Amino acid sequence: MATMIETKDLTFTYPAEEGREEMPALRNVNLSVEKGSFVVVLGHNGSGKSTLAKHMNAVLLPTGGALYVEGMDTADEAVLLEIRRRVGMVFQNPDNQIVANVVEEDVAFAPENLGIPSDEIRRRVDDALAAVGMENFTRHAPHLLSGGQKQRIAIAGVIAMEPECIVLDEATAMLDPVGRREVLASAHRLNRERGITVVLITHHMPEAVNADRVVVMNDGYLVMDGTPREIFARVGELRAIGLAAPDTVELMDHLNKSGWDLPLEAITVEECADAIYNALAAEEK
Amino acid sequence: MLKDITLGQYFPGHTLAHRLDPRTKLLAVVLYIVALFCAKGVVTYAIVMAALATCILVSRVKLRALTRGLKAVYVIVIFTAVMNMFFTGGTPVADVWLLRHITFEGLRTAVFMVLRIIMLIMGTFLLTYTTSPIALTDGLENALSPLKKLHVPVHELAMMMSIALRFIPTLIEETDKIMSAQKARGADFESGSIFKRAKALVPILVPLFISAFRRADELATAMECRCYHGGDGRTALHVLHYKAADYLVMIGFVVLTVGVIVLARMGF
Ligand SMILES: Nc1ncnc2c1ncn2[C@@H]1O[C@H](COP(=O)(O)OP(=O)(O)OP(=O)(O)O)[C@@H](O)[C@H]1O
Ligand SMILES: [Mg+2]
Repeated sequence: MATMIETKDLTFTYPAEEGREEMPALRNVNLSVEKGSFVVVLGHNGSGKSTLAKHMNAVLLPTGGALYVEGMDTADEAVLLEIRRRVGMVFQNPDNQIVANVVEEDVAFAPENLGIPSDEIRRRVDDALAAVGMENFTRHAPHLLSGGQKQRIAIAGVIAMEPECIVLDEATAMLDPVGRREVLASAHRLNRERGITVVLITHHMPEAVNADRVVVMNDGYLVMDGTPREIFARVGELRAIGLAAPDTVELMDHLNKSGWDLPLEAITVEECADAIYNALAAEEK
Repeated sequence: MLKDITLGQYFPGHTLAHRLDPRTKLLAVVLYIVALFCAKGVVTYAIVMAALATCILVSRVKLRALTRGLKAVYVIVIFTAVMNMFFTGGTPVADVWLLRHITFEGLRTAVFMVLRIIMLIMGTFLLTYTTSPIALTDGLENALSPLKKLHVPVHELAMMMSIALRFIPTLIEETDKIMSAQKARGADFESGSIFKRAKALVPILVPLFISAFRRADELATAMECRCYHGGDGRTALHVLHYKAADYLVMIGFVVLTVGVIVLARMGF
């Protein structure tokens, strides 16, 4: 499979404030994201997730190592716009990334910047709004929409660039459960139906359950990399770096501590229920 | 209190006034203002007033919405009226007490000045009420684009204006939130001397500014991520183009302004 994003010993240090020691926010990160995959990045506050995300479309440039987007080096000024077009970014606060005060104008912002002709912009705007289920809000004022709707507009604004990859940096963090579900469903649909690579950064464990792959960051290091089942089975290690596994895994881990023998790979609620049922049935015998 | 701010408010609609090209409307407003400032006598004022009334009727904007916009300036209006009444030389109205200082000429100028301010505000508000801020900034950018040759940053100014307009509701909402939070901690914004009240605003303004800067920073990053790189090579979703109605309206306003200037010269 082709790689979408590849990092080689990616290191980054923010310029330190006066009198403070410089601390790298990313240290020798080696990661390769395959085309069409759905990757979740986990990590506690300040572990370097946002810093990593901002490297993926050249908002930040590596201070050491390199990052390639489909083979293009982000440090190469000549391909900057092409990289930003291919990797769209959605941030946490929907209010601070909506530029225009009419939904369709906002979605049109990126294609306008790319110099695309008007009728093609029209087609892309309608297509992008349909892709996130917001086609009935074309002429609405964004500030009157719900958080989840605003965030879907922000996603549409990125889709209108026809990117190969979307990075969502805690895009669900400020939303209520309903909004969170809407945004997550949109991301999964874009990944499934259009083959867009998704990099989802989150604090919210259940969002990682349906991913193809989970990557865990800690203090600037990439510490774990695997399928959700592999990662969540390492409950102890996760806890040591300040992360909790999904409730299902935590529950089974607790039960295992009091003498049960449950498989920690059962990460969805149904699998967990089945595992406990089977264990109880075995006990009966 | 914050709800009274009508600046940049737009009432969507489908009337002729809404459908006109924003550049036409900008030109019309400029011509209207010129006419208003050239008007001298009853006849010319009546003509400009009739033009304004026609525009209001065509746009179907409620008169109440227009008068609400006047609230912010009534102090200026009263001040102008009083100044003009007392400080214009001429024949006194009557030979008693204060009235001795009020002249007929003063009353006349006061009435005209007040009318002028009110009509000025109503006319410009009519523009913002019938034109979406985006269309307005697009129109401004387009109309002023010849100035780019003189290195005037027209695109940047238009972008700043449209972002400012976009953030007005967000910042108003935020101000309301901060005010409620401060009130919950016992802050008092409604009583005390003017100095005390001004001082009470500090705990609102400080967090508001900090948050505005943070927003600006995040917005700049988000815009960069969406390939924003200045005005060069930018296209637009809605391309502006004049229709027959635009030419008619422009001719109408040119006739209005020229007519008013000529009549005013003739002493009407
Ligand atoms: N603009 C900046 N200037 C200086 N240091 C920064 C800046 N942004 C982040 N850092 C530091 O870099 C480190 C990594 O931050 P980063 O924002 O990438 O973490 P994160 O994993 O996204 O955290 P969170 O979950 O809170 O969003 C932190 O120690 C942070 O203090
Ligand atoms: Mg972050």
